[in-house]
Amino acid sequence: MWSFAKRIWTTLRRPSAYFSLGFLTIGSFVAGIIFWGGFNTAMELTNTETFCVGCHEMRENVFAELKTTIHYANRSGVRATCPDCHVPHGWTDKIGRKVAASKEVWGKIFGTINTPEKFNAHRLTMAQHEWARFKANDSLECRNCHSEQSMDFTRQSLRAAEAHQRFLVTGEKTCIDCHKGIAHQLPKGVATTYPQDRGDQAADLKTYLSQ
Amino acid sequence: MRGYDRSRLALALAFAALTGVATAAVGQGITEDDLATLRKTAVVDNPEPPVMRPQGNTDLRQVRNYPEQPPVIPHKIEGYQVDASFNKCLTCHSRTAIEESQAPMISITHFMDRDGQFLASISPRRYFCNQCHVPQHEVRDPVENTFVDVDSLLQDGQ
Repeated sequence: MWSFAKRIWTTLRRPSAYFSLGFLTIGSFVAGIIFWGGFNTAMELTNTETFCVGCHEMRENVFAELKTTIHYANRSGVRATCPDCHVPHGWTDKIGRKVAASKEVWGKIFGTINTPEKFNAHRLTMAQHEWARFKANDSLECRNCHSEQSMDFTRQSLRAAEAHQRFLVTGEKTCIDCHKGIAHQLPKGVATTYPQDRGDQAADLKTYLSQ
Repeated sequence: MRGYDRSRLALALAFAALTGVATAAVGQGITEDDLATLRKTAVVDNPEPPVMRPQGNTDLRQVRNYPEQPPVIPHKIEGYQVDASFNKCLTCHSRTAIEESQAPMISITHFMDRDGQFLASISPRRYFCNQCHVPQHEVRDPVENTFVDVDSLLQDGQ
């Protein structure tokens, strides 16, 4: 075993006796383009909505919920696809997210969320991961489309304009703080900005309905 | 005996007259004027639905037509999730939220359970806001509204 490794190492260290320097340089350059391009193309393929809804876990749950919201259907027909919100657009962050997503491949293989019941059991955890991510990057994926500078408060409702002036402009809050559940259903036990009032409400309601 | 016969005859005549009228009605078809209906189309046809208006979004509180009226919602609530998992309305109207949102707090009567006991938070029987509180659309009344406000009623009585 050790001698095998040693032999490989000597081969790698020895200058090439057969191929010209030109071939090696240009060849490596071309191979680099092919491999790099191939890698990026393959990655972009996993960055499409078709890929996301290829699995029933996404198609039957979160994608179905998205369809009724303004981010899917609206008057102008501009819409957000899954990766627009859930994958960072910058290359480095995107790779980071993709590496983290290997956990999701694991979940897919072992069927962690393969029924609606299992999905809902995990919904809060998954949502909290996304909220933490949005909070950490100052809602970057929202701001990729929604620019604070281009927001005309006079064209918003009084309520929206006031809230944006008080919290968004001052930087006191970021988009996700108020706009949770804008594209998917919110799970039980969400602590939004106002946790105290909501604690056991859903539990109370369940008891009440079962009476 | 005779009286009995006469009444039977009258009954038979009435029956004949009624069936005659019914047959005539089927033959003629019922005209629109004879029916109190908002549906101005034949039952077998689908009428053109009226144009959908956007929900009112002025954020200005509206007058209550009578003291017990649940206040109407002066803003859009499209896509608001109100179910067993979550209540979107409470993110602004709950007791602890109003400082930040400056929205009116849900009435304290909503904390009361059916035995008249006040709970720490909203009572489950008052949880589904839309059962009483509704948004408004700018539309023409389909029928004339003859509602009279109690103040006008008292004034007219004097």
